[in-house]
Amino acid sequence: MSEWMRVCPLEEIPRLGSRVVQTGKGDIAVFRNGLDEVFALRDQCPHKGGPLSQGIVFDRKVTCPLHSLTVQLDSGEAVAPDEGCTQRYRARVDKGEVYLNIS
Amino acid sequence: MTTRKKTRLVVIGNGMAGMRTLEELLKLAPDMYDITVFGAEPHGNYNRILLSPVLAGEMTIKDIMLNDVDWYAQNGITLHLNKKVTQIDRVRRKVIAGDGTEADYDRLLLATGSNPFMLPVPGKDLPGVVSYRDIKDTDEMIEAASRYRHAVVIGGGLLGLEAANGLRLRGMDVTVVHLMPWLMERQLDRTAAGLLQQSLEAKGLKFLLEKQTAELIAGESGRVCAIKFKDGETLSADLVVMAVGIRPNTELAETASLYCNRGVVVNDTMQTYDPRIYAVGECVSHRGIAYGLVAPLFEQAKVCANHLAQLGISRYTGSVTSTKLKVTGIDLFSAGDFIGGEGTEEIVLSDPSGGVYKKLVVKDDKIVGGVLYGDTAEGSWYFQLLRDGQNIRELRGRLMSGQSHLGNSGHQGQNNAASMPDEMEVCGCNGVCKGTIVKAIKEKGLFTLEEVRKHTKASSSCGSCTGLVEQILASTIGGAYQPVDASRKPLCGCTDYTHEEIRKAIVERKLKSIPEAMGFFEWRNVNGCASCRPALNYYLLCAWPHDYQDDPQSRFINERAHANIQKDGSYSVIPRIYGGVTTPEQLKRIAEVAEKYAVPTVKLTGGQRIDLLGVKKEDLPKVWADLDMPSGFAYGKSIRTVKTCVGSEWCRFGVQDSTNLGIALEKALDRMWAPHKVKLAVSGCPRNCAEATIKDVGIVGVDSGWEIYVAGNGGIKAEVSLFLVKVKSAEEVMEYASAFIQLYREEARYLDRTVHWVQRVGMDYVKKRIVADAAGRKALHERLADALRDEKDPWQERVRGVEAQEFVPIRL
Ligand code: SRM
Ligand SMILES: Cc1cc2nc3c(=O)[nH]c(=O)nc-3n(C[C@H](O)[C@H](O)[C@H](O)COP(=O)(O)OP(=O)(O)OC[C@H]3O[C@@H](n4cnc5c(N)ncnc54)[C@H](O)[C@@H]3O)c2cc1C
Ligand code: SF4
Ligand code: FES
Repeated sequence: MSEWMRVCPLEEIPRLGSRVVQTGKGDIAVFRNGLDEVFALRDQCPHKGGPLSQGIVFDRKVTCPLHSLTVQLDSGEAVAPDEGCTQRYRARVDKGEVYLNIS
Repeated sequence: MTTRKKTRLVVIGNGMAGMRTLEELLKLAPDMYDITVFGAEPHGNYNRILLSPVLAGEMTIKDIMLNDVDWYAQNGITLHLNKKVTQIDRVRRKVIAGDGTEADYDRLLLATGSNPFMLPVPGKDLPGVVSYRDIKDTDEMIEAASRYRHAVVIGGGLLGLEAANGLRLRGMDVTVVHLMPWLMERQLDRTAAGLLQQSLEAKGLKFLLEKQTAELIAGESGRVCAIKFKDGETLSADLVVMAVGIRPNTELAETASLYCNRGVVVNDTMQTYDPRIYAVGECVSHRGIAYGLVAPLFEQAKVCANHLAQLGISRYTGSVTSTKLKVTGIDLFSAGDFIGGEGTEEIVLSDPSGGVYKKLVVKDDKIVGGVLYGDTAEGSWYFQLLRDGQNIRELRGRLMSGQSHLGNSGHQGQNNAASMPDEMEVCGCNGVCKGTIVKAIKEKGLFTLEEVRKHTKASSSCGSCTGLVEQILASTIGGAYQPVDASRKPLCGCTDYTHEEIRKAIVERKLKSIPEAMGFFEWRNVNGCASCRPALNYYLLCAWPHDYQDDPQSRFINERAHANIQKDGSYSVIPRIYGGVTTPEQLKRIAEVAEKYAVPTVKLTGGQRIDLLGVKKEDLPKVWADLDMPSGFAYGKSIRTVKTCVGSEWCRFGVQDSTNLGIALEKALDRMWAPHKVKLAVSGCPRNCAEATIKDVGIVGVDSGWEIYVAGNGGIKAEVSLFLVKVKSAEEVMEYASAFIQLYREEARYLDRTVHWVQRVGMDYVKKRIVADAAGRKALHERLADALRDEKDPWQERVRGVEAQEFVPIRL
């Protein structure tokens, strides 16, 4: 069964930015891009575990703050030629509120 | 539903230039054209320059494919292999191949390359006589090597020597026959050619110079068996390779009555005299020049794609090329006018027994050409100086010893890639060995430094090994590698405009936000990328200090969080300690904070202050509140530290009060953002205990006043600063130093340290603006003071609650 949890109002995540959400499953980075789409990834870079939440967001991508690997927000995959993948979670916006599903 | 029919693009020639143009076009306008490609060869697009390593047995054909047949399918391109186009019907706008296949076009791209030139001597068509151009030739040579013994290569140029080397490695007895008195006369002078010949002889090659071929003689089987020279001598030959030059392949264009003159004539937008027909590559003549190397073709491809995509903003204005020979173990570089003559002078370093020869030809204080043999470490640097037309007057003393000899850290002092074994580490930051880089270049078909960085990570961090990586790239792909044109550097992949063009427009067009700037320059990606956003943010902030609304999301995390991120995701806190002078009260406070927040490490930094390492992000605002000290900006492209020594106040040698001048400078520059970090130091006497001569601005007290030095660097590549001026008073120091820094802020590219910027614009320019022009200096000084007048301390702001979200996680 899927469980959607309310996270926060959309405005509380900066556009082209993110927030860290602490859950029972560890830290999850919830991103908001330039089109107000939201995405959720485990807050760990596939390279050396850097906090992706602290990276620079553009398009549907985030660049890791530690060594600049770029990760695709909608799949968790590293952008080629880099390799690696981080866990992706479902996130959505409904009536201005952000919801996250980590089940 | 109506589907608009797409414009039809037909490409003739499935080689390097044509397909590179398509790759560039697909990046810009993936859906614009219905594309059809004709190729006379039965293969997908391959890396022709790597036929040499294939012949030498170092690689296979499979390794050198750039775009296999699948690539065409994936991009919806219709590919006709093994079909030679024999006619262009310009009236009906269609092309017709030898087998009758037709294709209609709206736009046509000619990329037919060139044909090897065959000496018109009797016997040139005999079996066993080959040219060296494509896979077929290479296969034939490999086959011959397995059955026959004697090979003769006619032509001692690049191609001939690579062929000879390959055949020798395959066990043949090889003689190179050359008409001229020395090898590679179009790239080398006599001395360098002599050294080259020696090394090739040591590899077992034989040479006959100043020999003219008269005839090729057939043996009993009908295959070539000997070569006869004008002087009557003969030599056995079971395989003859003709490598005497190439001719642009214009046959098809000429039958279609397109204007040709030693190449299909094109203008700066790569259009032929028929505006629907474009041409790129070796078949082209641009401003009277037909190129025979890959690098210019790539530049042409880029421009051509831009126009095919109807963006119409770029022009091809010609290329300066350089050459490398791809024979393993031989290190040779040549560019420009390497012979010299009237009005030129030469700088020469010759060490024949050490196998090293370097010659630079200089005219009017500019490098116009050069030859390097045995040590090509500086090749890319010289080439850059040549192409940028940089004045080298001040560099003269250092030119021969070179850039990479001194002060480079991180790769065991190595500066000669050719002599490094494969397993040796090149990039000390990412642990990448030479072998890994070579392998990636060959297998992935990499041509640029950027691509190597992306694929291997080598030189992508601190960059100190960039020179080595460039050398490896150059020796692996020959003249196909050309360092980027430093004088015209696009801001990033999102735009073709340069840093300078963008900075200028921001001021002149009064662009005051990132979206406005991106809109004005028609950025390719809506939100830009992690490279351009921080740069634009800085340029806007520098241009409009009071109007621009800083964009935290366009700042690297350190500047967004006002602390340095650590490898475990925690942060470090370095409060400002002006001039390195502290008090017991301050020290107690720092100690208490460290205890209260259980800070794991307290360290004295190399910048004369104290670092609290391992603070949780959530705790940052509380730590700042308790410290109650200004931010040290240790995380920013900003003013960092002003180091000082004890100076005349205490020191028995001190002649000037360096401590207080340092504090005054640090206060004046407090909260200043810059293209990169800015570090100063003030020493109270020439003993220079504050290490002022490796700082962006270094001040050294002397009895009669202060000496000001600029553009030093103590980091990745140590650079000693250059003398700017000597002044009498501390007030003058403040004015000169801040004027210099403001000029740097206004004119350098983002991520240039002062040294990089000054090396580009030259110290003469800096002196003209800062020393000679008193009014200009004052104005710069005032502009800096004005820019900083309402900058607030970022820590105290956040203590007040600004951007609180940044620091607070959400708990579920
Ligand atoms: C803390 C400190 C080392 C220490 O424990 O002493 C330090 C730490 C770092 N240095 Fe440094 N540098 C420190 C003094 C220096 C010095 C010495 C100095 O300032 O006198 C140099 C050489 C002088 C110079 O810059 O010319 C120095 C040259 C570098 C460089 C190379 C810069 C260059 O242009 O070549 C980098 C890399 C970069 O900036 O790209 C770097 C980068 C870094 C970074 C920021 C790496 C990073 O991106 O995370 C380190 C951050 C650690 C942290 O979280 O605090 N650090 N770094 C020093 C802080 C001084 C301060 O009080 O602010
Ligand atoms: C062995 C070797 C080593 C080299 N080494 C280097 C080096 O180290 N560095 C460097 O910079 N350059 C090097 N070069 C040169 C480099 O390969 C060429 O400059 C480059 O390939 C030219 O690209 P192009 O697209 O213009 O021509 P090509 O790559 O030759 O492509 C032209 C293609 O068009 C096809 N074609 C011609 N006419 C027709 C027609 N009518 N219909 C259909 N198809 C047609 C040809 O068959 C060919 O496949 C080397 C070349 C060789 C042969
Ligand atoms: S502090 Fe400087 S030298 Fe030390 S590891 Fe970090 S970047 Fe390298
Ligand atoms: S940890 Fe993300 S790039 Fe290294």
